[in-house]
Amino acid sequence: MEFDTLAMLIKLVLVLVILLQVVPIMVWVERRGSALMQNRLGPNRLGPLGLFQSIADVIKFFFKEDPIPGHVSPFYYVMAPWISIIPAFMTFAVIPFASGIHLGDHYVNFQVADLNVGLLYIFSVASLGVYGIIMAGWSSNNKYALLGSLRSSSQMISYELSMGLAAVGVIMVYSSLHLQDINYAQGEWFHPFGLAMITLPKWGIFVQPFGFLIFLTAVFAETNRLPFDLPEGESEIVAGYHLEYGSMKMALFFMAEYINMTTASGLLATLYFGGWHGLGWVQHFLPFTGMTMEWIRVLLEMTAFALKVTFFMWFFVWVRWTIPRFRYDQLMDLGWKVMLPLSLLNIFGTACFMYMGWI
Amino acid sequence: MLVKAKKNILTEIYWWDIIKGLWITMRNMLFVPTVTIQYPEERRKYSNRYRGMHYIKATNGVENCTACMLCPTVCPAECIHIEAGERPDKEKYPVKFEIDVLRCCFCGMCEEACPKDAIKLSTIYEMSTTTRNVWDKEFLLEQRGNK
Repeated sequence: MEFDTLAMLIKLVLVLVILLQVVPIMVWVERRGSALMQNRLGPNRLGPLGLFQSIADVIKFFFKEDPIPGHVSPFYYVMAPWISIIPAFMTFAVIPFASGIHLGDHYVNFQVADLNVGLLYIFSVASLGVYGIIMAGWSSNNKYALLGSLRSSSQMISYELSMGLAAVGVIMVYSSLHLQDINYAQGEWFHPFGLAMITLPKWGIFVQPFGFLIFLTAVFAETNRLPFDLPEGESEIVAGYHLEYGSMKMALFFMAEYINMTTASGLLATLYFGGWHGLGWVQHFLPFTGMTMEWIRVLLEMTAFALKVTFFMWFFVWVRWTIPRFRYDQLMDLGWKVMLPLSLLNIFGTACFMYMGWI
Repeated sequence: MLVKAKKNILTEIYWWDIIKGLWITMRNMLFVPTVTIQYPEERRKYSNRYRGMHYIKATNGVENCTACMLCPTVCPAECIHIEAGERPDKEKYPVKFEIDVLRCCFCGMCEEACPKDAIKLSTIYEMSTTTRNVWDKEFLLEQRGNK
């Protein structure tokens, strides 16, 4: 087999397996985390710290009867979970989880798809996920499910605007859509406001603090997580778009949500927290040279990236159990009257700062 | 009473309040002990006056009950069924003493009404079964309480 194909396959399997494994662990983290925040214990019986509870959940999902209700439109009903999970898997493809390594005369880039329009690709594929939700709500032939999917579509459209505009600031600063290039650019240092005495790493959070807040808020709306989980809204519209689903089809929607969270965390880490930068200083203390050192560098970069993603995953859970759900009109007000002008202002500000040479 | 929330620049931006909320949840997670009682291993201590599973108190192996019919009379749920009989020494005693526990509301009036200190409600609260039980005299005569 050709070297490049093999490397690509290994990367593909690695990313796919990790993404699939994230789901049961996140379900466990969500349950234990929420329990501890509410002074409870959560599932702690099965395995160490209750870690095997998710395995039991998966087995339960698999062995449940998989009925198709009589009043649904079967074709779209069956297709909807897949439409929502496939884009979730696809988006992670362009996120780099380490820099490249030279193996002989080959160069391996730790990124499944080396696209030069990576950021646009993520936005375009992520917005496909909403079709799954709309199809689920429409084909379920149920008022609550339809309400949920309507809410979801309008919410995604409203927040995608400010999310994209916030990302424009990042694109302006690093002058690239290629996520690996953005990562390399974040390894540099800069002087904020042109002050020579302060030196900061050129991470997105320091260059674009305002854009980061807008992006973070919009990401919560994009992944349908609290405080913007109106498409599901248990207390208002039962379970929203997946109301009529059961067993593994329901589990697919669940997986899509958590994988979207992972991608969003990866994107936040890549754009605003320096991606795989941050642990490079460790290798100065290690007594290795040559290829070993190269591999250790890659491992350190992967660890740094994984730590950042883990933090943001935890942040999603943390926020979920802190902030109550928005009312629908408040959500729309926030999206159109606050976030959109602010993100436009952010672009203007970034342009001014860049003109003055402050960034 | 209508309480108006105080508004200032910090509350209007939301972020300050959100950070305060995040701190509250984190504080509860890290520093506030959990209140969970892990049931089969740990049990909640109930008071001695708790009204749980019934039993008939016995003295020297003979039940205190004289089948005076006060408890079925006072019982609001009508769940006690007694058939009286006579011992060789002319003492009245219950031939049958049944409690339909599905109907019982655990009000404890039978215990209050009993003049002979016979029917008692113990502190046992684990009474779930897979069958619809009517407790008979033999079952009730097990001395499972401390009253």
